Parts: sequence; structure tokens; C-alpha cells
Amino acid sequence: MPTKAGSLELLSQWGGNLLVGALSTIQISLWAYAFGLCLGLLGAVGKLNGGRVARGILDGYTTIVRSVPELVLIVILYYAGTDTLNRVLAHFGFDAVRISGFMAAVFVLAFVQGAYSTEVLRGAIQAIPIGQIEAARAFGMAPVLRFRRIILPAMLPYAIPGLANLWLNVTKDSALVAVVGYSELALATRQAAGGTKAYFLFYVVAAGIYLTISIVSLFFFGRLERRFRRGQHKAR
Amino acid sequence: MAKANGNGQPAVIVEDLHKSFGELEVLRGVSLTAHEGDVVSIIGASGSGKSTLLRCINFLESPTRGRITVTGEEVAVKTGHDGNLHPSDRRQLERIRTRLGMVFQSFNLWPHMTVLGNVIEVPVHVLKVPKAEAIERAEKLLQKVGLHEKKDQYPAFLSGGQQQRAAIARALAMEPKVMLFDEPTSALDPELVGEVLKVIRDLADEGRTMILVTHEMAFAREVSSHVMFLYKGLVEEEGPPAQVFGSPKSERFRQFVKNIK
Repeated sequence: MPTKAGSLELLSQWGGNLLVGALSTIQISLWAYAFGLCLGLLGAVGKLNGGRVARGILDGYTTIVRSVPELVLIVILYYAGTDTLNRVLAHFGFDAVRISGFMAAVFVLAFVQGAYSTEVLRGAIQAIPIGQIEAARAFGMAPVLRFRRIILPAMLPYAIPGLANLWLNVTKDSALVAVVGYSELALATRQAAGGTKAYFLFYVVAAGIYLTISIVSLFFFGRLERRFRRGQHKAR
Repeated sequence: MAKANGNGQPAVIVEDLHKSFGELEVLRGVSLTAHEGDVVSIIGASGSGKSTLLRCINFLESPTRGRITVTGEEVAVKTGHDGNLHPSDRRQLERIRTRLGMVFQSFNLWPHMTVLGNVIEVPVHVLKVPKAEAIERAEKLLQKVGLHEKKDQYPAFLSGGQQQRAAIARALAMEPKVMLFDEPTSALDPELVGEVLKVIRDLADEGRTMILVTHEMAFAREVSSHVMFLYKGLVEEEGPPAQVFGSPKSERFRQFVKNIK
């Protein structure tokens, strides 16, 4: 074990792994976030406009997902998910497949994100003064056009702070998929630290990378929020 | 200057309109006809059902009973689970709604669009007018309501009177057959009421067909061709303004006018 090696030397040996891990963290997070948003949009619209059955199912979904610790959910969904899929495949006479770690991680995180997004977007849609939507109805806008042109842009100022939180959460939650064996920044860090015994060094570097991802993201969310708030007075 | 009763085709016909909110019967059989060129003012105490009547015309509220006909086309309805009449043909209702330019008490401009954006929204996205043409027409309308220099502002940065004038331009941009005004000056500071009334008066002078719910008695008397006084969901008094205000038959209406002054 090269325990006596200098920090720089260690970093030059293992830094590449960490960066690959960071890239994979960002990749998983982006996909999970995007799918989670789609789920959330469907969930929010379903909760607001759906029938009793749809609302019941969605209430169950958001309650359970938000109540159970994510680590537990991820393990359950990963094993239950692959198991169910393989049973279904077997039922139809197909061979079992091994789900790629990446796909599983994205699916599981998106499922969790979807529950939180549903609530953020539902709250944001309900924050729109009803008269604005009424005006769109009174002027003959069809439901889809009304959603795209009025509701979506009008709700974004209320949704963006919550959505920024969710993005930061997913970048960190992605560390949890390490438990199902998928390598991303957290797992790469553990391997580097374990292999060199330079725990402090690698965890500090990993923390720095997470922080950098967050700061860059916050910058973009800030600009996005300013853009969508340009029709509003600034709170003093 | 009160105008003669319009003698064109009926633009809006409301027949035997009933509306209940649960146990509360807000409208108990109201009929109304606005011919082309008519300015019909609906007045009455709060709770008399006058706003509900206006909002039933474009089905922002679902009536419990009755028929609505706009420019000769009756809104197709079916009875819903709640016992109210709901439009049975969404596209027909959307088409009819574009003939009815609605102006709300609280303006209801879309805050994420500039004034110009608000005015061209429906022409471009619902009526499929080419954008350049819509902008050209919108600028003329904004000039007409005296807001041209504010066209690139967002609504939140305008005064109430300016917002309401922008909302009137937005409704006019659809080139509606009928304008519906739902207490257009009730949310305004007193000193801003005049600028909005002036715009509405200009529209009346142009011969626009309008149905107007208002608390402004003097204004209603001046611009209307027909005045309708609602009391507890029924028409208590109606007719040309000179007759209604000059020699009212209803004691309640006399009381109402007296209390307003």
C-alpha cells in the first residue's frame, strides 16, 4: 500500500477514477431528474384534474415514497424491480435479463424524484391566481394550449426554488445507488480511499466535487428563476 | 347620450337562466337579448346574481337550467353529475368563446407576458393570425387605449387603470362579436376609474355590442341602450335607461338608486 506517497501523487493516480465517478453521478442525476420531472408533471396534473381512482393512486405514491427512507426504497425497488421484470419476462417465455446498473439507478431515483416533483409542481400550479387560468378559458384556449402557454410559465416562478432543491437532492441521492453496486462518485471515492488509506484526502476531494456541482447548478437555477420572475416585482 | 335600441341580429340570447350553488339559488330564471350594437347594462346589489349571469354566458359558470345562444349558435350542453349544464362539445364552446371578449374585475392579465404579449396571445395561438399581423393590430389597439408606450412592460409594473385598459385591448384583439365587462372599474382606485370608463364609452360610441355589469349608475345611464336591474336572481326592472331611471316602476330599484347616491 502506498501509504507514504504524497497527496498529489495519490490524486494523480486516483483522480481520474473520481472524475469518471463524478461524470457518472451527473449523468444519473440528469436522467433521473428529467424523468422525475415528467412523472411529477403527470402526477401534479393527475392530482389536480384526475378522477377519484387516479387521485387515490397518486396520493399513495407520494405518501409512501416520501415516508420511506430513500436508501430502503432504492434497495427495495432495485431488487423488487428486477425480480418483477424477470418474472414477467419468464411468464411470457423470455430469458431473464440483467438490468444495467445505470438503468436501474436512473429508474429508481426518478421514481423517488417523481413523488417529490409531483408535490412541488402541484403546489406551484395551485399558487397561480385562478383568474389568469379563467381568462385563458374565457378566450377559448383549449386545455393543452392553456397548460403550455399559461399554466406552465405562470407556475415556474413558484416551482423553481423547490425544483432546485430537488436537483441538489438527486445529485446527493445518487450516492445511494452505490448500495446496488453502481459506480459513481461516492463509490469511486470509497474505493480510492480504501485502496490508499488516504480517507481524509479523498473524501475532502469528493465533498469539493459535490460542492462544485451544487454551486454551478445554483448559478443556473438562479438565472432561470430571474428569467421567469421578470414579470414580477422584486420582494424587498 | 343614450342610444336607440339596436335593431341588428341578436348577438346574445339568454333564455330562462337558472343557477344554483348548492342550496343557494343565485339566478331564478333570467332572460336577456343583446342585439348587434346594443349596450346592455346589468345592475344590482352584490349577491343579486349579476356577475353570475355574465359568467354563465361564456360558461365560466355552468348554469343549472336555461339556454345560451351566441350569434345564432346555441351552446350545446349536457347535464353533469353535479346537476348543472356542462358544454357537451368543447370545441364548439371554445369557438363561441372567441366571439365573446371578456374583461374581468381583477384584470387577469398574464403576468409572464408583456402587455403586447398579452394582446397577441389569443390571436396568434387560438385564431392562428400570423404573428406580424397580430402585432400590427395589437399596436393599433394599444394606441387606441392609450398604452402604446407601455407595450413592452410587464403587467405588474402598470397601474390598475393601465392594466384594465390593456385587458380591454386583449379582449378587443380577438375581434369579438360581443364584449363582456364584469365590473371593470370595481377594483380600481377612484382616480383611475375615469380613464377606463372613457375607453368603454368610446367602444359604445363605435357601436360595439356590449354587456356590462357595473356599479357605475351614471355611466350605465349614459352609455346603455338597455338597463337591467337584478334583485335576488330575478329581473326586477328593465328597459331603456331614460325610462328605467326616469320613471322606475319598482320600489326596490328606487331604493337601490337612492342608496347608491
